[in-house]
Amino acid sequence: MKIGRRSFLSFLLGGAAGTALSPLPWKMIDDSSIWTQMWPWTPVPEDGEASYVNSACTLCPGGCGITVRKIDNRAVKIEGMKGNPVNNGGLCILGLSGLQLLYGPTRVQTPLKRVGKRGQGRWEKISWKDALSEVAEILGDLREKGQSHTVGLISGSDRGTVHRLFERFLTAYGSPNLICTPSIIDSYEFTLHLMQGVQALPGFDFENADFILSFGSGIVDGWGSPVRMFRANSAWRDTGAKVIQIEPRLSNTAAKSDKWIPINPGTETALALGIAHVIIKESLYDAEFINNYSEGFEDWKRFVLGEYGPDSVATITRIDSTTIITLARSFGRASKPLAICGRGQGTTPGSLNECAAVHALNALVGNINKKGGIFAVAEPDYINWPEIEMDATAAAGMQKDRLDGAGSKKYPFSRYLMNRLPKAVNSGEKYPLKTLFVAGANPLYTMPDSRTVKKAFDKVPFVVSFSSYMDETAQNADLILPNHAYLERYEDIPTPAGMPKPVIGLSKPVVEPLFNTKHTGDVIISLAKALGGTIGNAFVWDSYDACLKETLGYKWQVMVEKGFWSYPDFFVQIHEESFDTVSGKFEFICKETGFMPQFKPVKIEGDKTNYPLLLIPYDSIRLANGVIGDPPFVMKSVDDTVLKGTDVFIELNPKTAREHGLREGQLAMLSTPVGQAKVKVHLFDGIMPGLVALPRGLGHTAYDEYLAGKGINFNELIGPVEDSVSGLDAAWGIRVKLAKA
Amino acid sequence: MSALDDNDKEITKNAGSDGVATSSTEIDKKEQDNRSAGPIILFFVIGLFASLILGWIIFPKLLYSKKKQPIDFNHVLHMAEVDNGCESCHFFREDGTYSGVPKLEQCIDCHEEIQGESPDEIKFVEEYVSKGREVPWLIYSRQPDCVFFSHVAHVKVAGMDCVTCHGHIGESERLKIYEENRITGYSRDIWGKSIGGFKKNTWDRMKMDDCAECHRKNTANIERTGIKTPTNRLIDHLVDVVSPGTSISDKGSSVQTEKDACFVCHK
Repeated sequence: MKIGRRSFLSFLLGGAAGTALSPLPWKMIDDSSIWTQMWPWTPVPEDGEASYVNSACTLCPGGCGITVRKIDNRAVKIEGMKGNPVNNGGLCILGLSGLQLLYGPTRVQTPLKRVGKRGQGRWEKISWKDALSEVAEILGDLREKGQSHTVGLISGSDRGTVHRLFERFLTAYGSPNLICTPSIIDSYEFTLHLMQGVQALPGFDFENADFILSFGSGIVDGWGSPVRMFRANSAWRDTGAKVIQIEPRLSNTAAKSDKWIPINPGTETALALGIAHVIIKESLYDAEFINNYSEGFEDWKRFVLGEYGPDSVATITRIDSTTIITLARSFGRASKPLAICGRGQGTTPGSLNECAAVHALNALVGNINKKGGIFAVAEPDYINWPEIEMDATAAAGMQKDRLDGAGSKKYPFSRYLMNRLPKAVNSGEKYPLKTLFVAGANPLYTMPDSRTVKKAFDKVPFVVSFSSYMDETAQNADLILPNHAYLERYEDIPTPAGMPKPVIGLSKPVVEPLFNTKHTGDVIISLAKALGGTIGNAFVWDSYDACLKETLGYKWQVMVEKGFWSYPDFFVQIHEESFDTVSGKFEFICKETGFMPQFKPVKIEGDKTNYPLLLIPYDSIRLANGVIGDPPFVMKSVDDTVLKGTDVFIELNPKTAREHGLREGQLAMLSTPVGQAKVKVHLFDGIMPGLVALPRGLGHTAYDEYLAGKGINFNELIGPVEDSVSGLDAAWGIRVKLAKA
Repeated sequence: MSALDDNDKEITKNAGSDGVATSSTEIDKKEQDNRSAGPIILFFVIGLFASLILGWIIFPKLLYSKKKQPIDFNHVLHMAEVDNGCESCHFFREDGTYSGVPKLEQCIDCHEEIQGESPDEIKFVEEYVSKGREVPWLIYSRQPDCVFFSHVAHVKVAGMDCVTCHGHIGESERLKIYEENRITGYSRDIWGKSIGGFKKNTWDRMKMDDCAECHRKNTANIERTGIKTPTNRLIDHLVDVVSPGTSISDKGSSVQTEKDACFVCHK
């Protein structure tokens, strides 16, 4: 039989008919549609039991309460905790993205020991036992040689039990060099100490204020406790409260305010004093408070009336004198006015004069420790541990001067001066720093003048990082002892930034630790026990969790359930009892030190001829610029007028751009006395001519591919400027020159 | 289609020439035609049968891979031990969500240690219980991820029986072989054992048509009072989706998914 064309076609035909009568095509259509709708490579969330865990966020000093939704053992969503006194259900973009930090690829999964050169990224996994005995051996050696004071520790926060364990450890060991990451809170604490004689945190009653005079504070850009500030800002729209934003750049806060007053940067103190001048001159101040509860007013009044008339202030600040007068009148006449300071997110302490001048405005209108005003909030006093017994070595070590000069003759009232540390290490004048621990901080990224900081780190023979993530500092450490990530550990968070009432948040484990990590508190306790003697004796607890539980006592159970402890019986002292100064009153001129708020321009680096422009940083809620870097979700939200690909944009007034012959999107070389960087130009009418603005939070070299290598780290371009009174970093900008690249 | 036309013509021609006296040349031609018509029909039939065999018998064998469950679980044995039927192990959580296949946590109460001599139990205790590993059960009724299905609405609200959808699994002594669709990765039980999609029992298939079948039937029986229970509303939606225009209900959102139309059941 010959198979011809016809037979073959017939065969196909039969095949087609049979196929149509079989389920094959219909089933294939169905299956392929299911396949295309549910690509097998798309992750499908596991099904399981839903549960919620109340905890507190520790990604910034805001201390928001969080409620984490879990499916079985996996955390799937972070929400703001309803009913929490700080954020009541709200949460910021960084807090919402926190799971990417927990489950992301940047976690340090086990103790690591450096094998290559520093920063080369070559590590060897070691056991906790080996890691701890190595550290204990080095610490033991230094102590034996009488060099216990050459051990330093940089901590991210100066409150809470973990910080207190560090303090206790170093005291028992014999080193005064415990240093904390600075912020505007330090300047406020200093101000409260000088003017009110108290050791307290500033608390702002934004919810009840009706006129907010902000000297560059990024109310909706991440200042204070960010979510609380968003809510307050929204509430002001309903209550009709007025917000006046004073800063040289049209930030989001300025755009949302009732009035934006651009100011010659660095002259905010002069403006505050100019406002004080008008208030005093026109008798708009709270005479009852001034007469009964203040001291030194007459002298300061004479000084302010003499020096800061609206016309001279107008020349300094480049703000119209009528604007100054109107502003002063509306501030003085408002029923609950509140003046605040701290540029952007308040991550730099700024000049003490500025903080004190702004605080003096609050005093003038008598809203100290009053509804709608500023409170001096004493730290909740729940950490009551037994006295430390110090041996001779510890006592000798503690007698040594601090490397950063805090508490010295020059800066007797400062507690920590981190900005002075790199210089002290590099000069080696006092004594060398032989071992440095870094916990909850990322100084190699966050400290100004990165190059000098790096040089100082290179001089320290042994650097230990406690970071949960492979950040810049961890990358340059000799040993990483990874802490549990923030959703895996217990930690107390006393009084979030700017809260007018004491609150203790409890951060608690939402999930079991994913990796071979250890709580830093436990590491400290183990090290103390390994060193033994009086050091070991100072740590009576078996573990950090036991220590925290014991410390919190009866509060523990409530905090575990609710996630926070608030003080229902908190009341504000009456004015007669709330000032602990020499005079027992609010002191416009500090009797103890003679300090009074006045305008002394901060001498920023660079000369006008070589560096004709001024570079200022700006903060955004979408760019985390502290110890934590932006997780991928947050990175996605950054505008392409801020970052495009790996290029960061500077903001430039079109007029200034014309003078420099620069167009939108053009590449330019930015040089400051500290460093230089290639940037792109973005023309922006919202920035004063002669200024250049660069966002903070970019230019990471560590973390993941979504963050590393994008943009420029502002800290590479600026150096610290020491405040003459506090010693804290007062730099608000730096001179800069711009050239076509 | 010209090939088909040619065939038709020739077949007609052949039929027309039957019983009619023809010349020798015509006979030759007829013989020639007969000779070619036979194989053509034969090939058509071969093609037809080959593809039918392929579609009905070979295709399902190729489409599904066979997998054994990690442990051969005996439902009968366990049903005798519990008081609350299926819900003793396949329970509803306090928030109304359905727990599905039991986790180790539930088994561990009795199976902390080996009790019998069944090799499967020994394997279960040694490999899973003592190592704290969850058993990677293969789930016959797992719907695609895009499907939203609420057990509580069906079992608790509508009072349905597990058997209606899942069959008499509770009476089985062994777990059947799990057949996984190589294309979609889902179990064969969703489409049903019959590749043609035919079914005898309500539990034979679990496709959308099968949901709709039951929902349509029950809608007719429900007396409309104007008050919408969650189930009622869900049914209306489903009917509306499957046969638009037949439902007399207004559109509203689903109580559970808070969505409309397709999105009541589909994510």
